[in-house]
Amino acid sequence: MLKSKHLLGIKELTPEEIYHILDTASGFKDVLMRDIKKVPPLRGKTVVSLFFEPSTRTRTSFALAAKRLSADDVNFSVSSSSVVKGESILDTALTIQSLGADLMIIRHSSSGVPHYLSRSLNISVVNAGDGSNEHPTQALLDLFTIRSHKKDIKGLEVAIIGDIAHSRVAKSNIYGLTKLGARVRVICPPTLMPAGLEKLGADVFHNIDEGIKGADVVMALRIQLERQSKGFLPSLKEYFNLYGLTGERMKLAKKDAIVMHPGPMNRGVEIASDVADGPQSVILEQVTNGIAVRMAVLYLLSGVKQ
Amino acid sequence: MSTLIINGKVIDPSQNISSKTDILIEGKKIKGLFPRGKGPKADKVIDASNCIVFPGLVDMHTHLREPGFEYKETIKTGTMAAVRGGFTSVCCMPNTNPVNDSISVTEFILRKTAMEGSCSVYPIAAITKGQQGEALTELEALIEAGCIAFSDDGKPVMNSLIMRRALEYSKIFGVPIISHCEDLMLSEGGVMNEGIVSTTLGLKGIPNAAEDVIVARDISLCKLTGGRLHIAHVSTEGAVNQIREAKARGINLTAETCPHYFTLTDESLNGYDANLKVNPPLRTSADVEALKEGIKDGTIDVIATDHAPHHYDEKNCEFDRAAFGISGLETAFSLGMKLVHEKMIDIKQLITMMSVTPSKIMKINKGSITEGADADITVADTEKLYNVDPKKLVSKGKNTAFGGWELKGAVVKTISMGKVHE
Repeated sequence: MLKSKHLLGIKELTPEEIYHILDTASGFKDVLMRDIKKVPPLRGKTVVSLFFEPSTRTRTSFALAAKRLSADDVNFSVSSSSVVKGESILDTALTIQSLGADLMIIRHSSSGVPHYLSRSLNISVVNAGDGSNEHPTQALLDLFTIRSHKKDIKGLEVAIIGDIAHSRVAKSNIYGLTKLGARVRVICPPTLMPAGLEKLGADVFHNIDEGIKGADVVMALRIQLERQSKGFLPSLKEYFNLYGLTGERMKLAKKDAIVMHPGPMNRGVEIASDVADGPQSVILEQVTNGIAVRMAVLYLLSGVKQ
Repeated sequence: MSTLIINGKVIDPSQNISSKTDILIEGKKIKGLFPRGKGPKADKVIDASNCIVFPGLVDMHTHLREPGFEYKETIKTGTMAAVRGGFTSVCCMPNTNPVNDSISVTEFILRKTAMEGSCSVYPIAAITKGQQGEALTELEALIEAGCIAFSDDGKPVMNSLIMRRALEYSKIFGVPIISHCEDLMLSEGGVMNEGIVSTTLGLKGIPNAAEDVIVARDISLCKLTGGRLHIAHVSTEGAVNQIREAKARGINLTAETCPHYFTLTDESLNGYDANLKVNPPLRTSADVEALKEGIKDGTIDVIATDHAPHHYDEKNCEFDRAAFGISGLETAFSLGMKLVHEKMIDIKQLITMMSVTPSKIMKINKGSITEGADADITVADTEKLYNVDPKKLVSKGKNTAFGGWELKGAVVKTISMGKVHE
């Protein structure tokens, strides 16, 4: 069982809770492989997704997860809602609760919004990404994917390359991986490294070749195009030269290393096509596993008895 | 109408008094000081047994919000909060709407104070027109109207040449230029201190350097011009060190910090409590220690409140969107007393930093209990314990950073211009 009725971040989870979610997801992964991809446990439950930031994959993944569990899922579209009329976010959330939602999935560009709303709501809040804080279900699906390729997460060397300062995916993965005993190496230009990162238990590298050497897992993160204009990077071309994940560089990792990316990818910026499409890539598996993991999260938070 | 304060221990650092003294007030003025029990008969007697009696506190950094933001605070409610907190004089910052950059706004503030103020109000005018950082305001006219200092508080004067001119030109009048030290390019988009806590919370940080570089600039300009520089709300170790070193070199500057900066660190933001969002932001324990050291050794001259009341809705929202500021008038004395109870400073120094020195810096005739002076007196019980209940604050701004805290040392009575506020 999970201690909290909300999933706000990996930070708040114990290793046992993480394993419990991953184990539950394994069962749902089997469901997804069947011809009839649907089970009944959330019949009669309502899942509302409230996305204040554009998202296709996460939103679709959650929607499919809800449908596969037989929940009713409703998409609260921000642009067509009263939010644009100036309604406060708390009023919007309370309205959705009063409409009868059992679970609320929220994404917002401001860190801490799921935490803030969870204090005033009775229903479960699932963080689908808040600012540059956390993206817990992404980290869970990454852990699930790693576990399906490597026997044990404990002792693995995992390299994460990219815009660590602005990446909630990186943060959640650092928390999750270190909690399960992996060593995390973070590879980024100094301009994209958040303050005090080493205190989170990750080793920091500014040279990709050194960072990638002997890694079991190599994860490239999306570089947002506006990072150039804000002075973080001189150019995307230079970023690719210094930090792009190429086939040549992958040779420095372990032979059986896997390549991951949370998507959407910028080919030729953070990852070369031959790596993205190559034999070591598990990028599309991550997408499929995302549904299983989100099914597990919705299922466990809804509190229904097995 | 006469009032006699009896049985208290009077502490007036301005005259080096610390004795069992009774004080006679006649109308708005202090009539005389007498050894305990030797005072004459009066219409009213205030028994200050087990209490200390000291010159009314002077806050040189208050936001009263009026005109323009009456939903946050008014001169009426702000001065009520002031006397509740033991303050008998407040200096109000010009970032109202319209900005206090003209005599009409200054006159409005003073007229409103005369009509419904509970304590003395001294307006601080903007350094530049509209706080735009471009053209100086008319200093002479504003001083004539009643302004006592100049500041673009909330917005730093980013143009170094304009800051130089302000420090130069203000020398004609000998008035302080109060600098809000923040490099806007370095702090852009930041909502809290930059460090491990901002990384853990995923919030955009404001580095110490955003304050330190402007402190360095202003110290250089102060040396260049010989102007009267006062650094507002010091929050960093770097700023404390620079100010200490500048004073040692004989540069004529003063500095203030606020209770939240020497009491709280950024770690208290875990949980995204917007009531702790303030600019400059709450820093680390190293900064807190440096500030305490700076208070102790006199590098920091003044404890001011930076009382920044906001409406409930402006704090009850996304952390990124929440307003910066802490409602501080009603807790400042107790938080200062914390330093006394911790034996960082003695009570005499606390009163110096919260009454005597701010009066001197602002050149106002306050901060002293002498015959003929304004009857501005605060009575406090230094041992009294109480819980801070945000709902019970007199200020319209319930945005205290100390809700639920138990504090030791409470203001019992404030006498402002002879009027007793309990």
